[in-house]
Amino acid sequence: MDAFLVTSPVRRRATLALLAAGALLALAGAGLAGSVPLPLDELPQALASLLRGAPDGMAATLLDLRLGRASSAFVTGAALALAGVMMQALVRNPLADPYVLGVSAGAAVGALAALLFGAALWMVDAGALAGAVGISLLLYLLARRDLGGAHTGQPGVLLLTGVVLASACMALVTLMLSVAPESRLRGMVFWMIGDLAGSSWRLLPWIVLAGALLLVMRRARALNVMALHADAAVTLGVNVAGLRRFLFLCSGLLTACAVTTGGSIGFVGLVVPHACRHAFGPDHRILLPAAALAGGGFLVLADTLARTVLAPQQLPVGVLTSLIGVPVFLFQLHQLHLRAR
Amino acid sequence: MIETHELTLRIGPRVLVERLDWRIAAGENWCVIGPNGAGKSTLLRTLAGLRQPDAGQVALAGKPLPAWPLPALARERAYLAQSRGDAFAYSVIETVLMARHPYHADRYWEGSDDHGAAEHALRTLDVLHLAQRDVRTLSGGERQRVAIAALLAQDTPLLLLDEPANALDLAHQVAMTNLLAGLCREQGRAVVGVGHDLNLAWSGATHALLLHGDGAWRAGPVHEVMRADLLGACLGHPIAVIEHGGRTIFLPEAAPTADSTIRRVQ
Repeated sequence: MDAFLVTSPVRRRATLALLAAGALLALAGAGLAGSVPLPLDELPQALASLLRGAPDGMAATLLDLRLGRASSAFVTGAALALAGVMMQALVRNPLADPYVLGVSAGAAVGALAALLFGAALWMVDAGALAGAVGISLLLYLLARRDLGGAHTGQPGVLLLTGVVLASACMALVTLMLSVAPESRLRGMVFWMIGDLAGSSWRLLPWIVLAGALLLVMRRARALNVMALHADAAVTLGVNVAGLRRFLFLCSGLLTACAVTTGGSIGFVGLVVPHACRHAFGPDHRILLPAAALAGGGFLVLADTLARTVLAPQQLPVGVLTSLIGVPVFLFQLHQLHLRAR
Repeated sequence: MIETHELTLRIGPRVLVERLDWRIAAGENWCVIGPNGAGKSTLLRTLAGLRQPDAGQVALAGKPLPAWPLPALARERAYLAQSRGDAFAYSVIETVLMARHPYHADRYWEGSDDHGAAEHALRTLDVLHLAQRDVRTLSGGERQRVAIAALLAQDTPLLLLDEPANALDLAHQVAMTNLLAGLCREQGRAVVGVGHDLNLAWSGATHALLLHGDGAWRAGPVHEVMRADLLGACLGHPIAVIEHGGRTIFLPEAAPTADSTIRRVQ
C-alpha cells in the first residue's frame, strides 16, 4: 500500500517548506546584495526600524529600498507563475503562458500609449492595467461560448481569438515604437522587456495574489480532473464552464497585476510552471503553491542579479529571466525527448 | 434507472435519432449498434449529460438530468469517452484516484478508502503493475484499460461506455465483456455500451438498441433485435447468423462479386 501513495504527506510538506525557505533566502539575499555593501552588524537595528515603519539611517533606508523592490519582484513572479499554471490548465496545453491570450500585449498598448504622451508614472501603471483589463473583456465577449465549455463544437476558439488579438495589439505597439520620439524610446523598450527598477512596497498585488491562491487551491482537485478529462470532467461532477470562467478571470487578473508592476517580464510564467511540473508532478494541489513560491523566488533572484551583475548599471529583469529561462527550458525539453524515446 | 422520453438528436439539418422512448433498468446490459455517424456517441453523450437533447428529455431515477446537481449525478453514472487526449503527465494511479472526485468535494487529499477503491479497480482490469506509469507512455490498449479502471473506481450504478473494446487485444476484449456482464448480473448495475463487434455484443449484452442514422431505431432484448434481417437493414450490409456448436456467430455476408454487381446494373 505504501508504494501506492502518490507522494506521502511528509514529502509534500517538505517540498513546500523547502521552496518557502528558498524564497526567504532569495529575499534575504536581495536585501544584502547591492552596489553598496550593507554592514551586517547594523542589520538588526535597521530591520527593527523598518518594522516600526520609520526607516532611519543609511542601512535602514537601503534595506527599505531593496526589500521593497524584492517584495515587488516576489509578488510579480509568484503571480506570473501561478497565472501560467492556470492558463496551461485552461487551454490544456503545457506550453501556454500567461501572455498567450494577449493580456500583456493589451497592457503594453496602454502603458506605451501613456509613455508616448509623457504621462506620469502612475498613469503608465493605470494605462497598463486598463489595457490588460480591456483586452481581457474583449476576449471574454468574443470567446464567451468557448469559455462556457461543455457543449461547443469548436475547441480552441479561445486560444485562437487570444492569439489574434495579441498580434493586433503588437501591431499597435510597433506603430507606437516607430513614431515615438528618441527621448521616450528607451523607457518604452524597458517597459516591454520588463523592468522592476523603481518599484517599491505595494499592498494590492499581495492581496490579489493571496486571494487568487486561496480560491484556486480550493478548486485544485477539480482543476486536476479538468486537466485530464477536458469537457468530460462534467461527468465527474466538475462544473467545467464555471471553472474555465474562473481560471480565465483569475489568471487575467494576476497577469494584469504583474504587468502593471513590472512590465511584460517574459518566461517566468512558462518556465517556472514547467519546471515545477517536472519536479513535483502535474497534481495541481501541490503544483499551485509550489509554482507560486518558486516563481516568486526565481524573480527575486533574477532581479537581484539584474541590479548587481553590471552594477551600478541596471539591466531590465526581463532580459535575465529569458537568459536563464531559455537554457533551462531547452534542457528540460531535450530531457523529455530523451526519456520519451 | 435511466429513461429517455421522445428524445430527438440532430446534427445540423440531419436527424439522427427521432422520438426515442427508451428505458434502461437495473441489471440490464445494453449494446448500441449502428453504422458510423448514426449518432451512437451523440446519444451516449446526451445520456451522460454532456450534450443537450434537441427535443425530448432524459431522466435518471425519474428526475430530469438538468435537475441533478453535478456531483450527485457523478455518483450515479460514469462515462467513458471514445478517445482521450492526455496533455499532462499524470500517473495511472492519479487518473484513477481522480475518479473518486465526486465522493469528497470538501477533502483536499484522498483517503485510504479511495486508494483501496483505486487499487481494486486497477487489479480488476489487470493494470495494477502500471500504477506509477505516466499515462502518456502507455499503449492504446493499456490506456483504455486504465480508463475503464477509473470508471469502476467511480463506483456508479449506471455505466455509459463509448466503444470500450477500442484498442483492446482479443483476450482483454473478452475479459472486459465478461466483467461488464458480471457487473449487471451480480451487482444489478446498468451498462450502456457502444460497440461494433456483434459477437461481443451477443455474448455480453442482454438488450440492444439499433440506430439506423436516419431517425429510425429499434430497442429490445438481444434475442428479438439481433436478427439477421434487422441487423442487415441497420448496418447496410447483409449479415449471416450461424449456429455452431451451441454458439451464435454473426458474420458479414461476402461482398457482392463483380459479376453480381454488373448483373444488377444491367
